[in-house]
Amino acid sequence: MWRWLHPYAKGEASYRLLGRWLPWLTGSAVLTMMVGLIWGLFYAPPDYQQGDSYRIIYIHVPAAIFSMGTYTAMAIAALIALVWQIRTAEWAIAAIAPVGAVLTFIALFTGAVWGKPMWGTWWEWDARLTSQLILLFLYLGVIALYHAFSDSRTGAKAAGILALVGVVNVPIIHYSVYWWNTLHQGATITKFEKPSMATSMLIPLLICLLGFALMTAAFICQRLRNEILRQELHRDWAQQELN
Amino acid sequence: MIKASTWQVVKTLMRRDLKVALRRRSDIINPLLFVLMVVSLFPLAVGPGPDVLGRIAAGVIWVTALLAALLGSERLFRDDYLDGSLEQMILLPVPLPVLALAKIAIHWLLSGLPLVILAPLAALLLKLPVEGWSTLLLTLLLGTPILSALTAIGAALTVSLGRGGALLSLLLLPLFIPLLIFAAAAVEGALVGAPVVGQVVLLAGLMVLTLTLAPLAVAGAIRVSVN
Repeated sequence: MWRWLHPYAKGEASYRLLGRWLPWLTGSAVLTMMVGLIWGLFYAPPDYQQGDSYRIIYIHVPAAIFSMGTYTAMAIAALIALVWQIRTAEWAIAAIAPVGAVLTFIALFTGAVWGKPMWGTWWEWDARLTSQLILLFLYLGVIALYHAFSDSRTGAKAAGILALVGVVNVPIIHYSVYWWNTLHQGATITKFEKPSMATSMLIPLLICLLGFALMTAAFICQRLRNEILRQELHRDWAQQELN
Repeated sequence: MIKASTWQVVKTLMRRDLKVALRRRSDIINPLLFVLMVVSLFPLAVGPGPDVLGRIAAGVIWVTALLAALLGSERLFRDDYLDGSLEQMILLPVPLPVLALAKIAIHWLLSGLPLVILAPLAALLLKLPVEGWSTLLLTLLLGTPILSALTAIGAALTVSLGRGGALLSLLLLPLFIPLLIFAAAAVEGALVGAPVVGQVVLLAGLMVLTLTLAPLAVAGAIRVSVN
């Protein structure tokens, strides 16, 4: 396995590999997203309790799930970068963080939009909302630290350490926020009880989940390619690629 | 060639740090004054009535403690970085995490412990009901080592950046949140007469966890920063 993996520690090889993956990822992402969203937004039956406004779930839930998933991916990249000193993994941190931050923001934003008609307020100090907000701060911290250094290598390593510290903290923060919420305010809002979803609603949600996964992968792929190109600008192959 | 044991090195390092810090007392005193100032701003802002103040006292003291920890964090590694001692520490035949733990311990002695000692005064100013006092002190005693350890991570990451003030708060404040939640909940529980053992034990667990893992992160961060 190592013999197979080893070439991809070099910028050029991983650039080409990602370039081969990218069209497939993008194509399948667009396709599944379109199927999932059109099915979810137009053809899935309305909810008996929430009517049509529940449909935002088809964007909200995938974004929320993958906002945490990308953090894990970033932490794994950070671990690889710090332990094996593989530069591609260092660049992956920089490539993944903004994508994760945007997903977190989408989850927060759609959550707020959903909360307005359902709970009657844009923002509720609900446990999930709060821990999502903190996750956004963690992402922003990683991005800010990465860009704070003039030497991008140091920046990537520092951001990697922060990502690892963060990933230890994410579960602690998550559960402490849950616990805080139940302690402080109890059920002041009639939070919508999640009904076990009907299959006709669940299938488009699963397709949307797949679509979001592919889309996230495609974005990370493209960003990583750009980052590799930017960092290897002084190399011959990068110059040839650009001309 | 003189061979020094790990313990001797740690003792020397701590003694040196103490000496340096005690020669620049304003670095120790200023964060404490900051705490007192902020605490005395609150009655002016929300009114001096004991019902409002007593309700928010524990939270205010804890938030102030977090901000004070950020304020005093730069001196943790800055001077050592500038005069090259940090590089020497990496080169010592002593595990770097052990030295990091020593730095954290000294930082706690000089910033955390004074804060715990100052806390009754702050509680008095904010009219915290007497039932909450012992719990507040206990949470501060358990929580300030966590603050020192997490601050050390942030300080080590940003030490080569020159001015890392605003960045440091962005990095560290999210990590402080669990601490704030448990500590505030414990004091609030004490005020209504509920048992607080659970929160206190959780805080103690967090402290042990942080003090175990943070030195590793600090050591990694120092290596990256010194490069």
